[in-house]
Amino acid sequence: MKAMTVLFSTDSNSLLNGSRSYEETMKEWVKEYNLSKMVDVIETGTFGFYGKGVLFQVLPEDIYYLVSSIDDLEKIFNEHILKGRIVSKFLVEKEKIRPAKGMELKETRIVLRNAGLIDPENIKEYIARDGYKALYNALKMKPMDVIEMIKASGLRGRGGAGFPTGLKWEMTFKAKDSKKYVLCNADEGEPGTFKDRLILEGDPHSIIEAMAIAGYSIGADIGYIYIRGEYYNSIKKIQKAINDAKEYGLLGKNIFGSDFSFDIAIRPGAGSYVVGDETALMESLEGKAGRPRIKPPYPTDHGLYGKPTLINNVETFANVPWIILNGPDAFRRYGTEKSKGTKVFSLVGNVVNRGIVELPMGCTLRELIYGFGGGVANGRSLKMVQTGGTAGTFVKPDKLDIPVDYESIKDGISLGSGSILVIDDQNKAIDIAKKAVKFYMHESCGKCTPCREGTRDLYILLDRISKGMGKKEDIERIKTLSTEISDTSFCGLGQSINLPLVSLYDNFKDEFLELVTKIKPQNILKT
Amino acid sequence: MEMEKVEILRSRIKEVKTQQVEKGDMILSSLHLAQELFENSIPLEAAEAIAEELDVKIERIYELATFYSMYSTKPRGKHLIRLCESLPCHVVEGPQIEKKLKDILKIDFGQTTRDGLFTLEQTSCLGICGVGPVMMIDGDTYGNLTVESIEGIIEKYRGDRK
Repeated sequence: MKAMTVLFSTDSNSLLNGSRSYEETMKEWVKEYNLSKMVDVIETGTFGFYGKGVLFQVLPEDIYYLVSSIDDLEKIFNEHILKGRIVSKFLVEKEKIRPAKGMELKETRIVLRNAGLIDPENIKEYIARDGYKALYNALKMKPMDVIEMIKASGLRGRGGAGFPTGLKWEMTFKAKDSKKYVLCNADEGEPGTFKDRLILEGDPHSIIEAMAIAGYSIGADIGYIYIRGEYYNSIKKIQKAINDAKEYGLLGKNIFGSDFSFDIAIRPGAGSYVVGDETALMESLEGKAGRPRIKPPYPTDHGLYGKPTLINNVETFANVPWIILNGPDAFRRYGTEKSKGTKVFSLVGNVVNRGIVELPMGCTLRELIYGFGGGVANGRSLKMVQTGGTAGTFVKPDKLDIPVDYESIKDGISLGSGSILVIDDQNKAIDIAKKAVKFYMHESCGKCTPCREGTRDLYILLDRISKGMGKKEDIERIKTLSTEISDTSFCGLGQSINLPLVSLYDNFKDEFLELVTKIKPQNILKT
Repeated sequence: MEMEKVEILRSRIKEVKTQQVEKGDMILSSLHLAQELFENSIPLEAAEAIAEELDVKIERIYELATFYSMYSTKPRGKHLIRLCESLPCHVVEGPQIEKKLKDILKIDFGQTTRDGLFTLEQTSCLGICGVGPVMMIDGDTYGNLTVESIEGIIEKYRGDRK
């Protein structure tokens, strides 16, 4: 360790405040003054606080500076780095950096156990943190015993549907076929969700290890990772991780000297939301248009290329090595009665601190938005929150204290993919409704009529209302039409449209009504 | 020139075909390869080459090229701008960015600038909502967009016109 260390936070938020250029400037000065042997300038994760400017830490003093111009940075360099005098003008109180009182114990890192701690591109760092030990242990067990562990943990699918993971593994294990597949669904497309991207980019080996454990458990020798075509950076990182794992003999033939061989291939998508549906994803992987298949038969019996297939979401897989290493009971200690473990939430929209946070199941929207998010941005007030992604429900601020888990949908809060979209009072309900329906209209694959035509009709209806040309009965039609679409659609895409639309209607009926009751002269001329 | 590109495409497909695990699983990747070579679109001769190399019907290639939103059978500009239109970007002033972008480029969504440099498209969530509003230009992402910052970003790409 050098005499002095300067740490710049380079998470996504800090980067856009300009932290990279401040860091580079600092590095240049250190070089210019021949201090490279004395001062280390390095990158790290988030400090958990975002002010107006760039935040950085100086060690060994353990103090934080917040600067908003290169001039300020220069003052600190001249005074503190060169002469050792603390510049109190730019100091940030340490209390501000630490999480709010009572919140510090809640963040629980199971899925994100390595993200922000290790260099994701260095397999040795993953191994040093017990990486691939769960695979080693699993290979010494009987496949069914591994599956029993997953079942006992109570882990449920983190893609949104919440199907018991262990049961899925067991069903694929019991399917009789000489060829089986393991599939990782990394086609993350639910608006407002970027947890899978950060898991893949922050800890790619955890997914590789989990897929190998799954392959051993169900009897498959090949796994596919189907990933969003737009996720260039994630694809690069996971490909490097696969190559490294192969080189270390952790993928390939006779892993750890056992009879078990396993390989993983990556396939990029090409821009289709509906492919996030497991059967549509299989169609796409086979090189076809990504339209969902009729179920049953289920993928556990008849999946990819007609063979038994185990398909899990990225976040679901990331839990697996932890459960094998720490045991199902340790996992069950977190969460609620029916939803065990943690959930990675993405906090987005009009909130002060956007980002991802992992909390035990059953945390509340208030903890998320005010505890970690720092409240509504720009001093505005909270109008509504959409939970679970675009295919999730809208709730008003009166529901901030309800525990969020798989069961909270009975209170109108969907867990879905874990996206928490904060919407302030500047936004109109009608615009939100239009945007949501436009998404459905664009992403409908066209296979079934209710979804293909219904979403279009719904959009035309909303567009008419937004332009002040709607009639009173149109408002009721928002609810009936979206319910009809969801009742009659073929797959989860169309079936979920009632969640955002009916909740918007129920919560903001008055706002919609106002649009059709105000008589505007220019519209009388038109109609 | 075009013929040459088709030959390059053929040899690249032969290369990626070695990674094929099951029949059909490299078709989408091959279409991506074609788009890299043919400035963001898949012309007929490229589709024919893919169909032949991977031993599938050209109709299937056409279906894929029109089903998936990342592909285009219509020629597109040298640089592809994809602006996120999902709600998380919408509520953080996405509409203002959309307007400014259209003003600067003087085109609407789905159109290409007259000099053939840019095509403007909308995209669903890009998974970088922590820094919305966001857009992608080719493989690069830009976040925390403001009406003021857009012009400079576009200008950067105008620079390599030649």
